[in-house]
Amino acid sequence: MSQDTLFDKVWDLHRVASLPGGSDQLFIGLHLIHEVTSPQAFGALKDKNLKVKFPNRTVATVDHIVPTDNQSRPFKDNLAEQMIKTLEKNCLQHKIRFFNIGSGNQGIVHVVAPEIGLTQPGMTIACGDSHTSTHGAFGSIAFGIGTSQVRDVLATQTIAMNKLKVRQIWCDNKLSKGVYAKDLVLHIINQLGVKAGVGFAYEFAGPAIDALSIEERMTICNMSIEGGARCGYINPDEKTFSYIKNKLCAPKNEDWDKALLWWKSLKSDENSIYDDVIKLDASKIEPTVTWGITPGQSLGINQKIPLLYELSPNDQFIAEEAYEYMGFKPGQSIKDTPVNVCFIGSCTNGRISDLRIAAKVLKDKKVSEKVKAFVVPGSEKVAIEAKKEGLDKIFKDSGFQWREPGCSMCLAMNSDKLIGNQVSASSSNRNFKGRQGSPSGRTLLMSPAMVAAAAINGKVSDVREFISQ
Amino acid sequence: MKSAFNPPIGKILKINGQCISLIGNDIDTDRIIPARFLKCVNFDSLGESVFEDDRETLKGRHPFDLEENKNATILIVNSNFGCGSSREHAPQALMRWGIRAIIGESFADIFYSNCIAIGIPCFTLAKKSIQEIQNNKNNKFLFLEIDLKNSLAKSKDLSLNLEITESSRKMFLSGEWDATSTLLKNENLIEKKFNDLPYLEFNSHFI
Repeated sequence: MSQDTLFDKVWDLHRVASLPGGSDQLFIGLHLIHEVTSPQAFGALKDKNLKVKFPNRTVATVDHIVPTDNQSRPFKDNLAEQMIKTLEKNCLQHKIRFFNIGSGNQGIVHVVAPEIGLTQPGMTIACGDSHTSTHGAFGSIAFGIGTSQVRDVLATQTIAMNKLKVRQIWCDNKLSKGVYAKDLVLHIINQLGVKAGVGFAYEFAGPAIDALSIEERMTICNMSIEGGARCGYINPDEKTFSYIKNKLCAPKNEDWDKALLWWKSLKSDENSIYDDVIKLDASKIEPTVTWGITPGQSLGINQKIPLLYELSPNDQFIAEEAYEYMGFKPGQSIKDTPVNVCFIGSCTNGRISDLRIAAKVLKDKKVSEKVKAFVVPGSEKVAIEAKKEGLDKIFKDSGFQWREPGCSMCLAMNSDKLIGNQVSASSSNRNFKGRQGSPSGRTLLMSPAMVAAAAINGKVSDVREFISQ
Repeated sequence: MKSAFNPPIGKILKINGQCISLIGNDIDTDRIIPARFLKCVNFDSLGESVFEDDRETLKGRHPFDLEENKNATILIVNSNFGCGSSREHAPQALMRWGIRAIIGESFADIFYSNCIAIGIPCFTLAKKSIQEIQNNKNNKFLFLEIDLKNSLAKSKDLSLNLEITESSRKMFLSGEWDATSTLLKNENLIEKKFNDLPYLEFNSHFI
């Protein structure tokens, strides 16, 4: 059993009671909702004749179903229009703060909450979305829940849950030039496997993590769930505090001083006990790309797709499925694989820093004629800032389409979809079969910089060749 | 077409029924219910779309399309079943198709919690036993009687010791898996926590 880690401290602070079955009743400090996983929860409240217990501890935005080409209402897609209307109605009825399109604060829920200062150290944060782990980058304990648990949080501000074990993932040294947080987290998932995190919270630590910006840390924590861990976190530090300072919902004046005092006391003790510790050398990691149908099936840009016998017996079954679905041969290079679509965006890599890095690669370059490329800012705030910096112009001049904020082709609930067995170079988080909207569509996950490089060459490329030019 | 859907209610002590095997590791919730079917404000019509793309690809040969499986209620799966998206639509779709319990090598965390929350017990069993069930042609019509109290599954000539998280087992036996009312019993403690949390004090501008 772990002891004195940040996870233990935050969990214990929020434990309301032990339930008869033996699990804990955990208080949720911040509840985020969106249009896809909340309507049935509000429906259940109505059926049970219950109210929202603390309406001001739930905040809503709309992200999954919003179109990114034309956001005028009513949406062209009737079902999408019905979903946003239902959320509007539920928020109004239950007095829940809703950041709607045009509010200046709409966007992907995991981009919005941190950038307006809602996400803070030491909180428990839940949302009906598996990438809620993103918020752990601030030293909060954040995890995805299903709709029945959304109902429970609305009705009671608590959920029933068993405490997780804690695995520390210690990352030594620093990432080298042209290698980003996305590469690091893909590498971690590859090394540990996609189910190693089941039953665990992941604490990311070490010099390579300390050196990351807050937005890069969000990319790391965001993908914890792809390694099976529904919660991932990083101990807060000065970078965390200065990121939050002066944000819209951040504590101000005397409250800020109180907050800072408390936040500084929040971290894993030096001699805390972990259920498991893994160490790796971040300086050895190359730009990383997935080749298969799980986020664990990845490799360095200069490596070859593994042969079946090189994999552990447990990984062979899914590898055979992946070779067939992706149309790759074992032993083949991933570099130079032609791509049809390039997508920059998502809660993993749709923040302003991601757009800056991609724009730097694209500046004065042209996207290959064979490629459809588009960029979807993670939020209205990201879009506004990008325009202020002229990034939208760099993207457009290169041949990228500049879109409105939303989840877009990460999960393809709107009209942004792959067609047939197109191959996408994508800055998102899942390369599952059919994930990007076509039942035979193929996804190669990579960093936004690598997506930009792939867009220029029309094939998977090593972004370091662009950076050194 | 299946008969009218009745969700589980109250204590769950026994589940009897025919098994349906689905072979494969890391079957994610996007495959169980593709995202386009999430454009709904209730779960009612999800049952018919479960595994839609996989079924389309297999043109009638998918286990969920085989006539012999149409009355199955116990799903037999391999490792890391239900990984990926937190969508409760996935177990809801399985339940509306007819699944009442799942036995597998292992489950993804959020999928597992969702199943508990809607009354689908998930049991684990060693890989070897799972594969024996999945590969045995004589088991085409394997009927199991699952006894939650003793975590046992029995058929005519088979007895399996199933594993299930103790807290989940107790919640099914007591009926408290439908958690809202259990959680509401501690209303005073919830209020106290709300008043005591340090960050709610310095975020009072928001409250």
